[in-house]
Amino acid sequence: MLPLNLQALLVSVLLLLSLLGLWEWAVYAPATEQQELTEYELLMGGGEPQARVPPPSAVLGRAVEELSNPFYDAGPNDKGIGIQLGYSIGRVLSGYFLAALIAIPSGFVIGMSPLMYRALNPYIQVLRPVSPLAWMPLALFIIQDSTASAVFVIFICSIWPMLINTAFGVASVRRDWINVARTHELGRLRTAFTVILPAAAPTILTGMRISIGIAWLVIVAAEMLVGGTGIGYYVWNEWNNLDLTSVVFSILMIGLVGMVLDLALSFITRSVQYAD
Amino acid sequence: MSRYFLDIQRLVKRYPPVRGNAPLTVFEELSFGVEAGRFVCIIGHSGCGKSTIMNILAGLDQPTGGAVIMDGHELSGPSLERGVVFQNYSLLPWRSALGNVAFAVRARWPRWSRQQVTEHSLRYLHMVGLNGHEYSKPAQLSGGMRQRVSIARAFAIQPKLLLLDEPFGALDALTRGMIQEELLQVWGQTNQTVFMITHDVDEAILLADRVLLMTNGPNARIAESVVVDIPRPRERGQVLHDPAYYAIRNHLVEFLITRSRELSGAEQPAAPPPAQPGLYPPEIHPSRDAAPVDETVPLAARRASLVR
Repeated sequence: MLPLNLQALLVSVLLLLSLLGLWEWAVYAPATEQQELTEYELLMGGGEPQARVPPPSAVLGRAVEELSNPFYDAGPNDKGIGIQLGYSIGRVLSGYFLAALIAIPSGFVIGMSPLMYRALNPYIQVLRPVSPLAWMPLALFIIQDSTASAVFVIFICSIWPMLINTAFGVASVRRDWINVARTHELGRLRTAFTVILPAAAPTILTGMRISIGIAWLVIVAAEMLVGGTGIGYYVWNEWNNLDLTSVVFSILMIGLVGMVLDLALSFITRSVQYAD
Repeated sequence: MSRYFLDIQRLVKRYPPVRGNAPLTVFEELSFGVEAGRFVCIIGHSGCGKSTIMNILAGLDQPTGGAVIMDGHELSGPSLERGVVFQNYSLLPWRSALGNVAFAVRARWPRWSRQQVTEHSLRYLHMVGLNGHEYSKPAQLSGGMRQRVSIARAFAIQPKLLLLDEPFGALDALTRGMIQEELLQVWGQTNQTVFMITHDVDEAILLADRVLLMTNGPNARIAESVVVDIPRPRERGQVLHDPAYYAIRNHLVEFLITRSRELSGAEQPAAPPPAQPGLYPPEIHPSRDAAPVDETVPLAARRASLVR
């Protein structure tokens, strides 16, 4: 009997192959007989008579082509996938870390003070469910810069899970551990760093992991709106070019990058996890 | 100047009324003392306010009235002069056994180098027999080992007063017995003043110089201060055969079963009246200060020479 991991891998591969086969078969079109092109078709470069979803083989071909030279830059509308992803990751990380910089300290304050918790809770509850993209017009008007606005949207969408989880984690640190700090005459700051922070770290990092996932979801939509650069813009641009092969390829890339971001955070979460 | 190292004077703890109910008085005008270097246990039923006394002594809770004087100074707030061992160990689970002790040592002596802190912490970990588990996290240790870490942490800061809040309550009987003896050994090496809460009569007799008996709450009071004059060093197996053992044990059990209820709510004494159910006359207090016991002489003979 094979180990479970190997079995799972086998099932995964079989599933992938059968799905790809099904996809290839479903969109397969027999080569139409070459006919005389009309004048219009000559002008348009002689496309297929009917637009189709590209088969996986075409996507694979495009992937090889794009990934063999991911960082080329041939003008505003023709940049390599690596450059576009780089822009997006840059925006996500700057908005995300800005949010962490504000959310974690304020979460600490809210979590440690029942007064602040009650005072700020209504605002958090009202602002949290707002779709981050709803902030976009306001951001564009106030900031007057599309890239900064995209970063702001990432900031505003990733701040809530971190804020709420930090506050919750800090507020629910076991009373016993606080008492240990008190009986050892630890100051407020030392208590915060040597007892509360490590005790709440797993909860805080769970919030950070949720945030990075949301940020990566939102950046694609935000970049479709602001345009110019980034993976979201790339998807929309290729749609305008009627290049569905590139669209499917970039969907896969978005998924891959999102997975890597999540894995990185889950790795860090595991390093601060403790068994109680 | 009081003759006590730790002097509890007319201590009151009262909770304000909740929704029209009468205010809850946990205890009122409670007075007792602990001499330096002594091991004193307090026994009483659940809810009689033992833990409240403990929390006040640890500085984690404020009394409504009265004062606690330690070494000539009134207590206010928690301090490193008092080490606490909590019932649920209260170890920091993200730190190793060594890390937990070092945490306390670093708080006690902030100027020490990392190496000094580690050496000092290791010494106390080894004192409670935790060789080979220095780098284990609490979750990897058994309940008994966790409580050993907690005891090492409390002793390592060399407090003037050690407070033990039912430290062995969550352990099985075998482990409890072993750690009790270890505690006696460590205590014998350090000359610490210890104040301990317990539920366990045998534990109190094995460990304590004096046992304070607390009546049921609310309005609990300390009804008696029972002298345990079984000579030290004590060993579990040996204590059972001491002629004083059952006299003391019966006295304590009888108190817990009937008198703790009967005496509940009676007038608070100015100081707990002493009781000496053991065989020895009051002027003889065989304690750890006494000359070392000659193990070769049979127990009965030793007893006879003491009671002379």
